[in-house]
Amino acid sequence: MLYSEKVMDHFTHPRNVGEIPDADGVGEVGNAVCGDIMKMYIKVRDGIIVDVKFKTFGCGSAIATSSMATEMIKGHSIDEALTLTNKAVVEALDGLPPAKIHCSVLAEEAVKAAIADYYKRNGIDKEVPGACDGCCSSCCHAEEHGHFHSRDGEEK
Amino acid sequence: MEKRFVYADNAATTAPSEEVIKAMMPCLTTDWGNPSSLHDKGQHAREILDDARARVAACLGALPSEIYFTSCGTESDNWAIRGAAYANIKKGKHIITSKVEHHAALYTCEELEKEGFEVTYLDVDSEGRVSPADVEKAIRPDTTLVAIMYANNEIGTIMPIPEIAKICHEKGVLCFTDAVQAVGNVPINVHELGVDMLSASGHKLHAPKGIGLLYIRRGVRIRNLIEGGGQESGKRSGTENVPYIVGFAKALEIATSKIDKLDLVAKKRDRLIDEILAKIPYSRLNGPREGRLPGNVNVSFEFIEGESLMLLLNEEGICASTGSACSSRSLEPSHVLLAIGLPHEQAHGSLRLSITHETTDEDIDYILEKLPPIVQRLRDMSPIYNVKV
Repeated sequence: MLYSEKVMDHFTHPRNVGEIPDADGVGEVGNAVCGDIMKMYIKVRDGIIVDVKFKTFGCGSAIATSSMATEMIKGHSIDEALTLTNKAVVEALDGLPPAKIHCSVLAEEAVKAAIADYYKRNGIDKEVPGACDGCCSSCCHAEEHGHFHSRDGEEK
Repeated sequence: MEKRFVYADNAATTAPSEEVIKAMMPCLTTDWGNPSSLHDKGQHAREILDDARARVAACLGALPSEIYFTSCGTESDNWAIRGAAYANIKKGKHIITSKVEHHAALYTCEELEKEGFEVTYLDVDSEGRVSPADVEKAIRPDTTLVAIMYANNEIGTIMPIPEIAKICHEKGVLCFTDAVQAVGNVPINVHELGVDMLSASGHKLHAPKGIGLLYIRRGVRIRNLIEGGGQESGKRSGTENVPYIVGFAKALEIATSKIDKLDLVAKKRDRLIDEILAKIPYSRLNGPREGRLPGNVNVSFEFIEGESLMLLLNEEGICASTGSACSSRSLEPSHVLLAIGLPHEQAHGSLRLSITHETTDEDIDYILEKLPPIVQRLRDMSPIYNVKV
């Protein structure tokens, strides 16, 4: 099998799929040319992400990493969500094939883009390190952003 | 409908048929001699080998001495292109091929470019066809080889090979066709076709993996790729893989005997195409309606990505493939789909279903029942679906 059982579980039964019409922050990363787009919606109360939803155009691991990332930040504070790394998403999914690591990078960036949007909407003057403005393609810039890209992410 | 297993990826490989395995078994259990040995054990194997070669040649309309067995289609493609390029180096170093060839041909050409050869990669039309007029225009005094596939492995387009071969001969240029997808699926007679070289592979027609062939027309000389004990008339060394050659011969005979029943496969193909396009909005057929391999269906669905589609079909027991980047090692989608002018987004959302005689009407019904809701499920998850619809 190409993917771990966890990846297949999150791919075939993705958690938190959908949109939040009155979201407090929305982030979209990736592009259709590269074959992956992730859009993440967050609802924030008192600094806590009380709800999160996603929509993803992409391969099995793109959908699975989106789903896992939403689970990992739901109910956590913004500050905690900002510490989410793509490596943590990969580990939570019991690994990804090397060619699919960029999907986890995209998931991390989607979370950060949604938080950056939340800051912007609320006039909070804070930088979100590593946030992607959505205009670039994750597949091509993952390395330059210094994301985890080692072979540790290989399928176990 | 009850869950079933539907293998619709026959362009990738086919199930070895029982008859083929049965034909091979004696060569593994009792007739295992080396055809180069002069004792009876060896000479018996030689007889079996000669017989298989004659039967393969008969299926293709070739002489037995024009058939050279190899390890696979890729080896045959490498040998034909590289061998012809180097054998004719005094005449020139220019090769013509197309943008939609299999990587076995494309990457061989790219390597030759690094070695100082010049390669013209011809464009194709929106259905994946190379124009014979473009071939003619591209031929120069230093052109030695034209390498165009017989039928495309992804979108099933059948190329105008007889016309291309005729032009090549008028211009004194060798003509090679990679017929790996075509042999067994299209009636082929090499002499009527007029090509100088043709490659084929066993595992695409219900023989096992590990056996291929190159037809080289009598009088055509190409450089060897593999040196050694001088098997295959000194042109392709290595102890002959007798069991697999026997299996290949049997598979080719079976395929040839069923060649006039291929319109039944084409009917099933057309039903798949028609109903997929009717049931699923924002879908398109890649490749032509006419002049297409009888078992090939290739469709693109907007707003979704092919790998996730393939995986969900797999969950339902349906084996298919995709030209999406995510299914490849690179991040680029299929070079074939890009060459016919598909935007990247649509190339990512492609699905190839390849069927055979073995595919039943119930299998087709099952695919048609499972595919539309899976496409819808992925579209409902896609951030670009609502935006564009």
